Amino acid sequence: MARQNLHISTSPFLKDKATTPWIMYQVVYAMIPLVLAAYYLFGLGSLAVIITATLGALVTEYIFRRDTGPNTLVDGSALITGILLGLTLPPGFPLWMAFLGGIVAIGMGKVIWGGLGQNIFNPALLGRAFLQAAFPTAITTWSIPDGRYFEFRGTNMALPLMQGHNVDAVSSATPLAQMKFDKVSTGLDQLLLGDIAGSIGETSGVLILMAGAYLLLRRIINWRIPVGILVTVAVFSGIFYLINPAIYPSPWFMIASGGLLLGTFFMATDLVTSPITPKGIWIFSIGVGILVVLIRVWGGLPEGVMYAILLMNAATPLINRYTKIRTYGYPK
Amino acid sequence: MSVNNIQAHLTFDHGVHPSGFKYLSSNAPIERMPFSPEYILPLGMHIGAPSQPIVKKGDSVKRGQMIAQPAGFVSVALHSPVDGVVEDIGLYQNPGGEEKLSIRIRTDQYSQQVFTADEIPDYQSMSAQEFISAVQNSGLVGLGGAAFPAHVKFAIPEDKSCEHLMINGVECEPFLTADDRVMVEYADDVVKGIDILNHFIGAKNLYVAIEENKPEAIIKVREAVARSGKNIEVVPLKVKYPQGAEKMMITAILGKEVPSGKLPIDLGILVSNVGSIVALSQYFTTGQPLIERVVTISGTAVNRPTNIMVPIGTPMKELIEWCGGFTPEMNRILLGGPMMGMVQKRLDVPVVKGTSGILALTEKEVKPMQEYNCIKCGRCVDACPIFLNPSRMGLLARKGLWDDMLEEHVMDCFECASCSFVCPSNIPLVQSFRVAKSFLREQKAREN
Repeated sequence: MARQNLHISTSPFLKDKATTPWIMYQVVYAMIPLVLAAYYLFGLGSLAVIITATLGALVTEYIFRRDTGPNTLVDGSALITGILLGLTLPPGFPLWMAFLGGIVAIGMGKVIWGGLGQNIFNPALLGRAFLQAAFPTAITTWSIPDGRYFEFRGTNMALPLMQGHNVDAVSSATPLAQMKFDKVSTGLDQLLLGDIAGSIGETSGVLILMAGAYLLLRRIINWRIPVGILVTVAVFSGIFYLINPAIYPSPWFMIASGGLLLGTFFMATDLVTSPITPKGIWIFSIGVGILVVLIRVWGGLPEGVMYAILLMNAATPLINRYTKIRTYGYPK
Repeated sequence: MSVNNIQAHLTFDHGVHPSGFKYLSSNAPIERMPFSPEYILPLGMHIGAPSQPIVKKGDSVKRGQMIAQPAGFVSVALHSPVDGVVEDIGLYQNPGGEEKLSIRIRTDQYSQQVFTADEIPDYQSMSAQEFISAVQNSGLVGLGGAAFPAHVKFAIPEDKSCEHLMINGVECEPFLTADDRVMVEYADDVVKGIDILNHFIGAKNLYVAIEENKPEAIIKVREAVARSGKNIEVVPLKVKYPQGAEKMMITAILGKEVPSGKLPIDLGILVSNVGSIVALSQYFTTGQPLIERVVTISGTAVNRPTNIMVPIGTPMKELIEWCGGFTPEMNRILLGGPMMGMVQKRLDVPVVKGTSGILALTEKEVKPMQEYNCIKCGRCVDACPIFLNPSRMGLLARKGLWDDMLEEHVMDCFECASCSFVCPSNIPLVQSFRVAKSFLREQKAREN
């Protein structure tokens, strides 16, 4: 039977101007400086990684689009997922893997849940978690910013199902890895400006803070999430730092290093996968902060942002259920 | 405090900021138009039992003469707005779509707009009981839109007392400027009406609440208060929708919440619309019952938006003609404001006591918007003035889980539409809550 389009004609007849695609594109705009900075810091390879990851996401979204309802390809959500996934990968990441990551991010992160708004986990992080499990070496092969503006890194061009060999022969450790394994700290100025090894979009703290400020001012993201996460990380890691500064990193280092800022402003704030009630949002963000510190300090991995957010994503439906809002006129 | 200090500090939590569109008609003084050739007066234009006709076909009636009497306590009288002849008592189309028993009056061509009463009721010699029945016989209802008989509210139960009397001049619905103009042009009547009502109610604190986007009204009412020497506080409120809702206004002024299922009077608060209080004043100073009211004719598709003092029963199409008709882009007509108003299909229906405005909108404003899945952005949660979770209730409504919605307190929703206004995915939230509420009410009625 043909689907009938019956229009409901009841008030309200005024609408706020923000629509879902508008919100999505605000996030895309906020990421543009990070993409440009990625090219400036890590060169052509990083740009290629972002583009292929995005293509993987968009192709998957297109294949699984519904023939009824809005065209989800143009609503901007798959674009966010693709770019965000690209920003979390190393600059020398094999492109075929990035493409596969984009497919998994949308396919398993979003489509199988029922599409936009239905998924439990942040799709970009789910795609990255898949890549980390499937290609543990490639995803931890970092390179330092060296301005290769017109040439790819050798590993970028690895043939499908191949790792590629690191022709650069220089692999560099991230500040977090140096901290974890060698107890060497990196200066705050370097962490903020991005002149360090790391994922494509995570190294420049200043730019991420500016993009985050834009999203906060536009009221796209909930201020409670960045405040909750950053304060929790600072306080929790600060306690350890006060106990023994020789082995525990400083709170500033904790906040500015790794993917914490990128994850805080672009992934934990994902509207779909974070709680909806104000109390729930506090629980969520404090949970992310605690998990990040726990994984970084005691876990086997140097970085814990991805798993911290994914774990709290999993808890979100439960948090929503148990943090009911008190209705007006009911006992406090 | 200076009369001119209209800086507002008070408001309620949550709410939204739709564009006001008040400028279209806020500076248009209240107009009168020539009498219409005929008037249609539905007997049931108020909440409660429809009035009983006391005239019959062929009777001559005078302007202001009672033509139908109250049928019980929750019911009011009805008066003829013109001198004329009762042509028919029968079923006529009503705003809202149904046919209702109505009295049709053909206007005497010599009928005068000036009202002269045989006798002016003297409230100072009345007992409280006499006052209530006088108000009932004046046909007064809440003119904010609900049309609830005013005397029922004014009859405060023995075991309760009224401490705060609040006059609602908030008028938060976009486009509507009727209350604004009433306050500007009838400021002395506002004060007089409060004085008359409080003679029987004895509230200690008297407020007139006005949003700060009506500076002229605030100043005019303050000046009238100063002239009268009464102790009435004119409270400017920050502009926010739906502040005109009784509960939100109370919270804005006193910081108190009205408990779910209770009435303001349980907290010692009585709220009355500013238009009603002016009508009350006019009844007790000139003897004129409720035979006319101010209606805003506005919208982007009306040639000459304005405010008109309309005799109750005037066919709506005459108001539109008076305002220069519609522009060619006219697509939809609304009764009331754009947030909570109702779509009106035809214009041969009469203005009733609850008609606060007639709006004509263009297709651009009313066209259905592309709906997307809920992205759980929480904008509806931040908008809902009574702290519901519209996002969750919307998902439950889609699945028809009415009983779960009951647990989410859907029955507390007063359908202000803030959730639908902010929803970026254009989900018909309040629309589905209306359906759920009527379903749940029906279910409850079946069980009893």
